[in-house]
Amino acid sequence: MKKSKFASLFLASSLLVGVLAGCGSGEKSSSTNGGEVSSTNGGDTIKIGANLELSGAVASYGSSEADAIDLAIEEINAAGGIDGKQIELIKVDNKSDAAEATNAAIKLTSQDKVTAIIGAATSGNSVAQVQIATDTKTPMISPSGTSTTVTVGDNGKVNPFTFRTAFIDPFQGTVAANFAVNELKVKTAAVYADNASDYAKGLAASFIKDFEAAGGTIVAEESYVAKDTDFRSTLTRIKGSNPEFVFIPGYYEEVGLIVKQARELGIEVPLMGADGWDSPTIVDLAGAAALNNTFIITAYSAEDPDGKAKEFADKFTEKYGKAPNSFHALGYDSVYLLKDAIERAKSLDGTKIKEAIEATDNLELVTGLYSVDEFHHPIKSATIIEFVNGEQVFKTKVNP
Amino acid sequence: MEWLQQLINGISLGSIYALIALGYTMVYGIIKLINFAHGDVFMVGSFIGFYSITVFGLGFFPALIISMAACALFGVIIERIAYKRLRNATRIAALITAIGVSLLIEYGVIYIRGAQPEAYPDVFSNRSFELFGAQISVQSILILSVSVVLMILLQFIVHKTKTGKAMRAVSHDTEAAKLMGINVDNTISATFAIGSALAGAAGVIFGVYYTKIDPLMGVIPGVKAFVAAVLGGIGIIPGAMVGGLVLGVVETIVSALGFSLWRDAAAFVILILILIFRPSGIFGKNTREKV
Repeated sequence: MKKSKFASLFLASSLLVGVLAGCGSGEKSSSTNGGEVSSTNGGDTIKIGANLELSGAVASYGSSEADAIDLAIEEINAAGGIDGKQIELIKVDNKSDAAEATNAAIKLTSQDKVTAIIGAATSGNSVAQVQIATDTKTPMISPSGTSTTVTVGDNGKVNPFTFRTAFIDPFQGTVAANFAVNELKVKTAAVYADNASDYAKGLAASFIKDFEAAGGTIVAEESYVAKDTDFRSTLTRIKGSNPEFVFIPGYYEEVGLIVKQARELGIEVPLMGADGWDSPTIVDLAGAAALNNTFIITAYSAEDPDGKAKEFADKFTEKYGKAPNSFHALGYDSVYLLKDAIERAKSLDGTKIKEAIEATDNLELVTGLYSVDEFHHPIKSATIIEFVNGEQVFKTKVNP
Repeated sequence: MEWLQQLINGISLGSIYALIALGYTMVYGIIKLINFAHGDVFMVGSFIGFYSITVFGLGFFPALIISMAACALFGVIIERIAYKRLRNATRIAALITAIGVSLLIEYGVIYIRGAQPEAYPDVFSNRSFELFGAQISVQSILILSVSVVLMILLQFIVHKTKTGKAMRAVSHDTEAAKLMGINVDNTISATFAIGSALAGAAGVIFGVYYTKIDPLMGVIPGVKAFVAAVLGGIGIIPGAMVGGLVLGVVETIVSALGFSLWRDAAAFVILILILIFRPSGIFGKNTREKV
């Protein structure tokens, strides 16, 4: 009882401090933004903040991105920096916690007075710093936050200073539809989506819209619920409608079983999903043979033969002794997206950099061509991976 | 022949429900306890089978037998530790204890090995053949035959052995059975052992058929099997078998008609309807045979 009282007191006081700190930073930066920023930053360095998950539950995402950001900044500095100015990276650990992410953003904007922030890796922690970024007019780029709420507020308005490098979830439905129509040349498709997940429903809706717009016919639209184990009856139904292609947005735990049961029932057509499939466990669940002729979408593949991607993979492997993954590539790309914008803005003013990022048009990055739409969602290339005997093999890159 | 395929899907699913339901019904028949920990014995059986296959490299049948033996022992331990001292307590106390035991097993397993799922290795060739346009896998035939053999074996034990006779006697009238010199405690333990062994077998079969197992896998099949037991008439062995198969087929039909999201609801709608119109279940009135 005593303990909880103490805890609540502590919590209350820390909240109060947080509020005060928030006010303080707001005032400070609004006064500094006028011109002082450029004078503090006017030296020979450009300060960039990294607000990442370096510890805590999703530390692997944040640290992967931090490694790649280090690599990118080393390269840029070695090549003479941006307009002759070296980049100084200030990394802050948000401990995989939204409140800490807000604190880290306050520290970066008020104490360190950074020009821009890269981070956070997850949507939740990115959303936590949106208000600070907006108030202090500091552009922030979330490398891997895929939820729409990162760049679009609850009121449906775009958060003006927030950007992202990864494509948003529903965009993958569009990619899948393009791939099915243009590469696999199918005319009919079935959709089997996880009804318990907004992610899967979003993907299914955008797939159906774009597949039909491209002249395809959806012959079956079925749902399952996460944690189900028996999909045979619905799959039998899908088989009865004779689709040439089945789109299964969902997560690997169920998808592994769906793929296995579908193949057992004699559904031999191509099956496709999105990044929710991307886990080694899916091979155990479905079996390597059943996974043949299935495709997934990812932001990046280390096997991508494209010049820029290959160069990055080589450099990364040389420095860290392992092949890069999507988080590495997205972290790396975030730095170059920012560099490109600062160069075009010819200024370190937050608003000018923001406008420059908004004007980004087919910028060549490791993960492909990158443009920004009016909601600050990227329109960019996606990588299609095919499973061949349980191994992920680079299939193709679909450009927007 | 989509409908034949669906029927096969339904019977495969139903035979797993039936195996679990048998344990429910036997325990209820003998001490009037809804043993909610039964679904978790099923889960433990599945994991024992999994480790026998992956760690010790055993085949399906040795793994099945080890899992059944271990679950029988596990069931007896649960009964001796948790339920025995509550034999004269109120039924609600025993019921709450059963829920407690269920949670203890679930989270105990999570504590020991984590909550991540595990994929059952392929123990049978995944061959399937076509019959009247339906794909029938060797797996589902084997699974079905194992279930049928186990059910026949159970009927034999209950009707033709001394233990079975004792079980029927205790279920009929505990006091009178005691007076006749039947060791009631041992008979109840035997009931738990047999019921749990069947759950263990169902666990291994489930793993082979559905591949994915995890520490909370027993919750939903446990509840469904309970519905199956009530549907057939709780306490009645053939009722549990029929109830399980009916439930499996009904769920499959619901999905086959395109209402896959209503599949789980169908099970509970059946439960509600049975409780309203025929509380004693399909077999409830006619047969007085109880275990």
